[in-house]
Amino acid sequence: MSGVRVLVGTRKGAFVLTSDGKREKWNVSGPHFGGWEIYHLKGSPVDPNRIYASQSSGWFGQQIQRSNDGGQTWEPVGNKFVYDGIAGTHQWYDGTPHPWEFKRVWHLEPSLTDPDTVYAGAEDAALFRTTDGGQNWHELSGLRGHGSGPKWQPGAGGMCLHTILLDPSNPNRIFIAISAAGAFRTDDGGLNWRPINKGLKSEFIPDPNAEVGHCVHRIAMHKSRPGVLFMQKHWDVMRSDDAGDNWHEVSGNLPTDFGFVVDVHTHEPETVYVVPIKSDSEHYPPEGKLRVYRSRTGGNEWEPLSKGLPQSDCYVNVLRDAMAVDSMDECGVYFGTTGGQVYASANAGDSWNPIVRDLPAVVSVEVQTLS
Amino acid sequence: MIHVIVPPHLRTLAQISGEVLLEVEGPVTQRSILDALETRYPTLRGTIRDQVSQQRRALLRFFACGRDLSHELPDTPLPDAVASGGESFWIVGAIAGG
Repeated sequence: MSGVRVLVGTRKGAFVLTSDGKREKWNVSGPHFGGWEIYHLKGSPVDPNRIYASQSSGWFGQQIQRSNDGGQTWEPVGNKFVYDGIAGTHQWYDGTPHPWEFKRVWHLEPSLTDPDTVYAGAEDAALFRTTDGGQNWHELSGLRGHGSGPKWQPGAGGMCLHTILLDPSNPNRIFIAISAAGAFRTDDGGLNWRPINKGLKSEFIPDPNAEVGHCVHRIAMHKSRPGVLFMQKHWDVMRSDDAGDNWHEVSGNLPTDFGFVVDVHTHEPETVYVVPIKSDSEHYPPEGKLRVYRSRTGGNEWEPLSKGLPQSDCYVNVLRDAMAVDSMDECGVYFGTTGGQVYASANAGDSWNPIVRDLPAVVSVEVQTLS
Repeated sequence: MIHVIVPPHLRTLAQISGEVLLEVEGPVTQRSILDALETRYPTLRGTIRDQVSQQRRALLRFFACGRDLSHELPDTPLPDAVASGGESFWIVGAIAGG
């Protein structure tokens, strides 16, 4: 019988949550790597038992862990992330030049076709790739070599490359996003990159046509329509219909258009999910009510989804990598909170149930649909 | 034999139980101990000192014979008691964070 496996990264370890296709009863495994920050775990689309995890610590630095049995056992693989050539400088918070320094891996994106190939998004922002199952990592330095690097600057969480989207229809096309530089695209497998931020407006940037500097929080696509992108920016929910060449706002009737996550329904490319957060200085839901908002029209018209979610005194955040959708016939939607809850909906968001309530602060949520 | 105490999280990572006993060629220094430790346990590369600069990670300290040796140069000989195995070389995580 088919089932799902939810991979949860938290501030103090990783957890693996499994259920059958009904998604009602759950088995909780963990913590794996207890005490370490697990920014992200993700499985290979072509070998679901191959899972990669980013394990880091302020004391001991970065580790990459690999599992070949669906997260039951793990082995450390390569952890040497070295910038290609002269690392150079980016802008510091005060606008002064600051040297590029590797801090951690925020996001791991396994290849759509090869379980040994994985992309890693790093802080300070750079894209790395392994082709030997994580033993060796090499920077795709054309991204930082684009020329705008000296203008990139850290967001409050650091200067992180947090989003990596592989185009299923074009193996040479990759989208990435950086806080706070913006979104970028390569059409030649990672050699050359260009910013794709036209139409983004950010109050803190005086130039309305700024090529970089935008604090993009997350980008999502539907695999059947990779030219259509949805973005949760620092403020504003945005949409592009031309692979990022142009963006327009689709915040519509959201109660606030600040937030971190955005995702797309597995079977409905125009159904989009966000979790509105009150403001950039108040990282919790408006009115203390945790609500996912769903648009069935590709943006602009949004409906609150609150059944099963706390509707009073709730002041958690939902971080940028902490929402995922499964591929079951009835699309499941999952998200985790900084309060340690992981919520699941087995009916596309109509109602929610907590899988777990008391984990450490959740940083990331991914889900695998198992046959 | 040199006795080395590794912080608990690194013992878990490298599957070390208890104290590490190391043979060190030549002068016993921070560098020679860490080189020998990383050769025995490659997983520890990058966890105690940066893989490129070889600088001690900021939130780790080195102690031996009741002294903080963290700011000694990496090639400074360590006390004889460490070299003879009478005292352990401690790698200690700072009390910081949550």
